[in-house]
Amino acid sequence: MDFTLKIWRQENAKAKGRFETYNITGISADCSFLEMLDILNQQLIDKIEKPICFDHDCREGICGACSLYINGHPHGPDTGVTTCQLHMRKFKDGDTIIIEPWRAKPFPVIKDLVVDRSAFDQIIEAGGFVSVNTGGVPDANAIPVPRVDAETAMDAAACIGCGACVATCKNASAMLFVAAKVSQFALLPQGKIEAKERAINMVAKMDELGFGNCTNTGACEAECPKNISISHIARLNREYLTANIS
Amino acid sequence: MSNFLTSSIGKKLIMSLAGLFLVTFLLVHLGINLSLIIADSREPFNKAAHFMGTNVIVKALEFVLFGGFLLHMIYGVVLQLQNWFARPTRYKKENYSQTSFFSKFMIHTAVIITVFLVIHLFDFYLKAKFFGDVPLVVYDGKDYHDLGILVIEKFKLGWVVVFYIACFLLLAFHLLHGFQSAFQSLGINHKTYTPLIKAIGVIYTIAVTAGFIFIPVYVYFWM
Repeated sequence: MDFTLKIWRQENAKAKGRFETYNITGISADCSFLEMLDILNQQLIDKIEKPICFDHDCREGICGACSLYINGHPHGPDTGVTTCQLHMRKFKDGDTIIIEPWRAKPFPVIKDLVVDRSAFDQIIEAGGFVSVNTGGVPDANAIPVPRVDAETAMDAAACIGCGACVATCKNASAMLFVAAKVSQFALLPQGKIEAKERAINMVAKMDELGFGNCTNTGACEAECPKNISISHIARLNREYLTANIS
Repeated sequence: MSNFLTSSIGKKLIMSLAGLFLVTFLLVHLGINLSLIIADSREPFNKAAHFMGTNVIVKALEFVLFGGFLLHMIYGVVLQLQNWFARPTRYKKENYSQTSFFSKFMIHTAVIITVFLVIHLFDFYLKAKFFGDVPLVVYDGKDYHDLGILVIEKFKLGWVVVFYIACFLLLAFHLLHGFQSAFQSLGINHKTYTPLIKAIGVIYTIAVTAGFIFIPVYVYFWM
């Protein structure tokens, strides 16, 4: 398969970026999107040009490292997958593919398609944890958890913190990410102890970092590679409201 | 609590409560408007308008209403500005994510509705309240403002009718997202009740918009 790629190139965080056009030919339909970029990079290296920087790590769809805003979709046109799990068969031969970095004020571009997502780490540091003393392994049935709560918490915990929700949101809001992290603990007895401070501190940090406000468009849940539902955002709203009035 | 009101979620809470309050106000307003075409005379409409303008409780609620409008508008603008600032560099290829169409244009529909509101206030509310150049009519030996005749005169003009209908269609767009979104902002999301809320939102929007639009059409063609 042949493609025309329009890729955002930016030397460093301060440089002014621009789109560069690349033509790539003879790509297998079973090639993953990142492998296609690897091939392109090898060609660039062979020509003694600078390869294109992009984030990737596990390439198994579970780490959240890969990003890329492809043709108006974070992680590309496929649903429920990260960019590393996107394959070129999802495109048509001869397609023009526009590849951009995540765009949000709290996610500044470091180089080319790589953005700094440490804003998410700062939100987690503000309360996305359970403070427990380490010790012996507790008995599995010592704390009863209703099955439905356990399942819902697990659904929220599926969040890999990739930032697709921020990237796709027209307001660059991080609500789905924060909601997933708050929900995951709020539903479980271990997390309930610090639920109040967690909701208040994580939302305060999110606002401070300059993420936008949620307007319930639902774009995040449509693009989330882990299919996290905006019902978690409603739970965050409840948690935050009750934390403030209680 | 002060942090709460300036937080992203707090601001959305205020938006949703003010919005839902305005939703109930629309119903009251529609009820009064419909009295103009349902009855044979303008008397019920003029009397209702008089009641709304003179009753002590309604007058007190008027401040709440203007407060609701102002809060909804000010917070809406603040939220929108913050949202624009959150993405200083836009995408080359804009967002193609599946979302409800109307949710993307809340600020745009809001601006036009505000323009409509200002014109509307000058045409009726402020005229009756301050300018006093409203014809009078006598029912049971008492003077009333004949606001009904003002409405009918307005709706005899074709362009007014077209503008009015266009504004209400935009209001419908605004409501189609706003109604159900308000509940989500309040933290109300449930497997069974959320689809019900969404359905009620659609029914409410269609009914209210159709009701408001029917009035100028009726006046223009059949009165």
